[in-house]
Amino acid sequence: MKSNDSLMILALAAALAVAPFFIYPVFLMKVLCFALFACAFNLLIGYVGLLSFGHAMFFGFAAYVSGYTVKTWGFPTEIGILAGMLVSAALGLVAGLIAIRRQGIYFAMVTLALAQMVFFFCVQAKFTGGEDGIQSIPRRALFGVIDIRNDFTLYYVVLAIFLAGFLVIYRTIHSPFGQVLKAIRENEPRAISLGYKVDNYKLLAFVLSAALSGLAGATKAIVFQLATLTDVTWQMSGEVVLMTLVGGMGTVLGPFVGAAIIIAMQNYLAQFGEWVLVIQGVIFVTTVMLFRRGVVGEIGAYLAKARGTAKE
Amino acid sequence: MNTTEDSIVETRGLTKEFRGFRAVNDVNLKVRRGSIHALIGPNGAGKTTCFNLITKFLQPTSGAIFFKGRDITRTAPADVARLGLVRSFQISATFPNLNLVENVRIALQRPLGNSFHFWRPESTLSSLDGRALELLDAVGLSEYAGLTAVELPYGRKRALEIATTLALDPELLLLDEPMAGMAREDISRVSALIRKISQNRTILMVEHNMSVVADLCDQITVLARGEVLAEGSYSVVSRNPAVIEAYMGTGQGSAESAGQSSGNANGGTHG
Repeated sequence: MKSNDSLMILALAAALAVAPFFIYPVFLMKVLCFALFACAFNLLIGYVGLLSFGHAMFFGFAAYVSGYTVKTWGFPTEIGILAGMLVSAALGLVAGLIAIRRQGIYFAMVTLALAQMVFFFCVQAKFTGGEDGIQSIPRRALFGVIDIRNDFTLYYVVLAIFLAGFLVIYRTIHSPFGQVLKAIRENEPRAISLGYKVDNYKLLAFVLSAALSGLAGATKAIVFQLATLTDVTWQMSGEVVLMTLVGGMGTVLGPFVGAAIIIAMQNYLAQFGEWVLVIQGVIFVTTVMLFRRGVVGEIGAYLAKARGTAKE
Repeated sequence: MNTTEDSIVETRGLTKEFRGFRAVNDVNLKVRRGSIHALIGPNGAGKTTCFNLITKFLQPTSGAIFFKGRDITRTAPADVARLGLVRSFQISATFPNLNLVENVRIALQRPLGNSFHFWRPESTLSSLDGRALELLDAVGLSEYAGLTAVELPYGRKRALEIATTLALDPELLLLDEPMAGMAREDISRVSALIRKISQNRTILMVEHNMSVVADLCDQITVLARGEVLAEGSYSVVSRNPAVIEAYMGTGQGSAESAGQSSGNANGGTHG
């Protein structure tokens, strides 16, 4: 791990560890769940160059799976979350096998179409509770000992899950596999000409991203004790694109910052009702037109420039 | 397999049609093992198409391709690379935002068998750094090792591409217009480099610059309108009236002067 990055991650972990003393923990947990979702999404767009427009299917469906298994089948919390994650990974494998051979906009369209199929399945299927969703999912003690009915305690569990997911992504990016992913992003024909079967690499990245999106969705269902259709809609797929772009795609911290900004806006601007969407739209357009690199990307570029001039 | 012993690549009746247009028509090509073989011809002659067919980036409409006596007509491009047939690209193919060592390491990494290991740290690749630096040194790039590829001038990018290709130690190297868009001093450096790396391997190249072809290549195949027009050494081919006519359209002048002029104006000359 590069010392710069590890310092940054330690600082982030420390800040998050003290955050609930100052900020409402439920809000923070929401931020963490979406941040993990955005980080998982960023693994694809930022490091493989694949724009998935159907990631809500992994996020939302995992929420249903963990909600249902915990509430109806009486699974322990940790097994329920794990089940959500595994089902999303499997779903990712199927969706990936179908979508991965398509390029660019066609890839986005195929993922969107598949996500819409999952959405309609969720509308029709009995176990999702249709419009009502799955409500009052119990917060059963974690590993049978840690009482998570208290938001404050649950926050640290969610933080641990977030950090674990975040580190998995960080390690993936900085692994031999991650090197190949970057090569594919940078110049796919060249990677092929060097003997790499790029589809297999893209597929593994897609499955990893789906699994971690699932982890985020499953955790969110436990936090809010609720799994609904909102999390499988195409709007949710769009929201994660928005978070990642605003924060800075292809940066380690960007998706986290983006998620925090968007969730904070939704929470603190809720009084403006539908206008939140307009504000989000304006921010999105401004980012795309003026700050292509996103918040973290722009700061990073500024620092690199400052360092460059300092050296001269 | 009745390929002659000394040819490493052979095409038989190779044909590629694009919506009724025959870009490559019944090409029978043999590349002798250990030679530097050039594929030349006027613009639109089908050189690059032919090249893309042999490297499997395009599927032929009909005909067959053999590599070391093995039929590779239906083999995937990543697989032919593994068999030892590696190509370069007309526009220097590097990984622009990776540094030079990382660029070369991508090629070295695959045989290690850990390319799917997303749980291992990057430092497991550092064992390859020494070899990567050796390869960069071989093409005269060791002093730039810390730069990212995008920061290199054009001629050096070509050298980096060659270093990356050499990392696979291919038996057959296919170079697509290695001198395209290069300044004079870069041309002589890359020429020397190609000669150096041709020691124990075969090279097939598409090239416009006739003085480079004359200087480097043992064997030349001239394509015109998708078909083989002439074959042989430079002195034989350049005196062939059909070749002179194909280049000049008149029968006046020589292939050499024609080649020079098209060499200066290449850039977007896809065959």
